Amino acid sequence: MIKRLAAMGRPLAESGAAVVIGLVVGAFLMLTFGYDPIRAYFALFSGAFGSAGGLLESLAFATPLMVTAVTFAVGVRAALFNIGAEGQMYVGAIGATIVGGAILLPAGVHPAVATAVAMSLGALWALPAAILKIWRGVHEVVSTIMLNWIALYFVTYLIRTYFGEPGRAERAIPALPTARYPIIGATLTAIILVIVAFCIAVAILLWRTGVGFELRLVGDNPEAAKYAGASSSRAILVSFLVGGLAAGLAGASQVLGRPPSWTLYATLGNLVNLGFDGIGVALIGRNHPIGGILAAIFYGGLAHGGRYMEDNVGVASEMVEAIQGIIVIALAMPEIVAIVRRRRQS
Amino acid sequence: MKLVRRLLWYLIGIVATLAVMYMISLAGFGLPGLIETGLLAMTPLALAAVGECLNEQAGTVNVGMEGIFLVTAVLGVLWAEVFGSGLYGLILGSATGALMGLMFGVVCVHGKANQVIAGMGLNILALGLGPYLLMSIWAFPGIHMFRRELMFEPIQFRSGDVYFSLSPVTIAAIVIAILAYLLLRRTLLGVRIRAAGENPMAVDVAGVSVWRIRLYMCVAGGALAGLGGAFMPLAWFGGVVKEISAGRGFIALAAVVFAGLDPLLALVAAFIFGFSEGVAYTVVVSPGVKEIVPFYFVQMMPYAVTLLILVAAIGGKKFPRALGRPYVRE
Repeated sequence: MIKRLAAMGRPLAESGAAVVIGLVVGAFLMLTFGYDPIRAYFALFSGAFGSAGGLLESLAFATPLMVTAVTFAVGVRAALFNIGAEGQMYVGAIGATIVGGAILLPAGVHPAVATAVAMSLGALWALPAAILKIWRGVHEVVSTIMLNWIALYFVTYLIRTYFGEPGRAERAIPALPTARYPIIGATLTAIILVIVAFCIAVAILLWRTGVGFELRLVGDNPEAAKYAGASSSRAILVSFLVGGLAAGLAGASQVLGRPPSWTLYATLGNLVNLGFDGIGVALIGRNHPIGGILAAIFYGGLAHGGRYMEDNVGVASEMVEAIQGIIVIALAMPEIVAIVRRRRQS
Repeated sequence: MKLVRRLLWYLIGIVATLAVMYMISLAGFGLPGLIETGLLAMTPLALAAVGECLNEQAGTVNVGMEGIFLVTAVLGVLWAEVFGSGLYGLILGSATGALMGLMFGVVCVHGKANQVIAGMGLNILALGLGPYLLMSIWAFPGIHMFRRELMFEPIQFRSGDVYFSLSPVTIAAIVIAILAYLLLRRTLLGVRIRAAGENPMAVDVAGVSVWRIRLYMCVAGGALAGLGGAFMPLAWFGGVVKEISAGRGFIALAAVVFAGLDPLLALVAAFIFGFSEGVAYTVVVSPGVKEIVPFYFVQMMPYAVTLLILVAAIGGKKFPRALGRPYVRE
């Protein structure tokens, strides 16, 4: 047990160091434009975690990130850089909007069906990238980004032409009351339970089943995997499909589980970048679905607290995104470990 | 044999493009306008793609071209306003890109970072930094239009009734692609660059620093992408928005994959991709078409074309053996 805790210490220290680097660089960027970083960070963190209401709201922001992080993490486990969560999430969200807003179903069944459709559509949108990777060796970074853009325009088209809310052109039809997940508090809804359950299920799949073992083996050591008779095609396919299901669930969470709008904006403003944010969340969470849950709460706090930073100190809330970029760059460097270790020794 | 195959590819690319152009001109669109837009759209793609070729030949993959585009587009406009000229905007935009390339290079070459993750980090950083800079500098969210005089004007050609304008940056991009090809194929430095990507240990043993070569190429790649980024607002759109890069950094990556790291083929690929964007813009505003084909489908075109061409063209490409791996002396 103690050994296990000690083994967890190093990744925690690494993630912590990267977060500190991100915040420090962010502080310099604020100083450049004459803002007070201490006041800004105080506003951010007290807004995000300083009250029960703030905490619930931060959790609401964290909810979709928990699963977009799974998309990236399950990719990395199979040595893939699946950055297509963005597009898969858009497609999933429009599925949830259509089923949740345009189809009549009884109360208990409705959210389940809408969520399932959203997840399936997310997986469907991940399929081309998987096939191209297996069949033609097309690098997934390029193919998933192209699919993201195609999804953006396709979903915008669907909202603008078929599923716009009558009289309110800026958004799609809202989910019917029967399709909505019950509210826990603030804008947090019960879909967070579904999402946490999904994360745990993926962790079990990865570490407790043969399919997951094969996936990780292909990711860790493709040579050994070949000798062991593992199918890399199957591992790639499973990784993309699980990632797609996760991203579709993230899309559903913003439609069926996010008051007050309960729908998509035509600009997809309430979805944009949640997929990319998942990359940082996954990396901070060490590409583990459970680590991702914790990292997502931190990111959710940044997202929610960013508004307080903007209102109280005037720092544009996009600064949060820049900080996240620095964190990702810092986490890319294995040297960080060495730096942290040297610190501890001295 | 290799040369024949390469020439064949150039030929196929050019013939296909000309055929598409011909069909489109038959359909009644102005061909000069189409080529003009195509060349404008090609320019940033070509610059970033050639930069990425240099980068990858030396062994580092930079998937952060998109981020460099976005930041240099915003800062290029700032420099143009500060120094009162579009040309300064382009030059200093390129310098900004070089600085970003340097930072990326230090992280990847000396920090031995995972290059794809560091590159994505650069993109995420830019996703926040772009709008943050727009807001902090001009105190207006998401968009900034600058004075018309700051535009870097194209050269106008005229024959009879036909006007044609061509940006000097486009010419520069073509010249740079040719120079990059010659650098890689015809000079000692080129041999070293390619060796740094293929067999870094041999370079090291020969007494040449692998790290320095890779770092220089990261800087060169950043500088070219920076020129492309500053080009977009200063010589093309006339303003900067927070979505200005619109995936072009990744389309440039696709062009590099398509070209198998050959700068001249990358130029051809950039022209094809740029041209499909030009077609999209032209079709969007043409009567008779805009009623039938939804605007959104036209906007998808550059991305769909990129995907299709990648599917068709990949395979049989040889990439440097040490590509993407940090060099560690043993």
